[in-house]
Amino acid sequence: MLNQNLPFMILATLSVFSALMVVLSRKPVHSVLYLIFCFFTIGGHYLLLNAQFLFAVHIIVYAGAIMVLFLFTLMFINLNKELEPHKSNLVKAAATIVAGTLLLVMVSTVTDTGNIFPTQVSQNEVGTVAVLGKKLYGDYVLPFELTSILLLAAMVGAVMIGKKNTES
Amino acid sequence: MNSILSVVPIEYYLGLSVILFTIGVMGVLFRRNAIIVFMCIELMLNAVNLLLTAFSTLHGEAGGQVMVFFIMAVAAAEVAVGLAILVMIYNNLRTVDIKEMNKLKW
Repeated sequence: MLNQNLPFMILATLSVFSALMVVLSRKPVHSVLYLIFCFFTIGGHYLLLNAQFLFAVHIIVYAGAIMVLFLFTLMFINLNKELEPHKSNLVKAAATIVAGTLLLVMVSTVTDTGNIFPTQVSQNEVGTVAVLGKKLYGDYVLPFELTSILLLAAMVGAVMIGKKNTES
Repeated sequence: MNSILSVVPIEYYLGLSVILFTIGVMGVLFRRNAIIVFMCIELMLNAVNLLLTAFSTLHGEAGGQVMVFFIMAVAAAEVAVGLAILVMIYNNLRTVDIKEMNKLKW
């Protein structure tokens, strides 16, 4: 039993560790690198869950696009030269208490629900490109097209915000 | 086809997602650098994505994974616009400290 759990346990430990390091490391560039590592471990979880399509999209979108954007912005505004001033100890303690309470609430909610989950894992093949493609272009074709409009609007918005204001 | 869920109970995935989400919340409350706050928001989105995928595999229902796909698209749009705003803030204020961005506060 433990041996079969081992891939999940290793990946979960790495995910939690790298997520913690994102929050705790002092230099922003280190945070970004730990975040990339965290995204790769989450991609590993997708592979374990037989979601090959999501694995590919996750690696391309997060590790390929979003993280490059983060690193590019970080180097563009060159934050590594000075370390950020840290919050006061009171705020830190309050943040830890709030986060811990949230964790407690969510864990107790999950444990209170009891056995509502199906014990038998479904044998349906859902994570492949064929199944998801049929779903995406069938039932979900309108949200899919709206997503393309959203991405176009975001692209235009980013360019408009980012360009220098020359008139004034 | 057997997935990991036949040996790992779904509660483990619930626990992992809850922990990752809480770390994201803690980062948002903890840090003053706006870029790291953004990264922690990404972390929270990923925790939710992971849980959606796990339950989608458990129930054999593809709708959950389609939803993850849409969340990823929205996250990409959000990061593009958000980082553009941050660069503009840096050009005007010479800092990305969220303590300094209080002009709209009162």
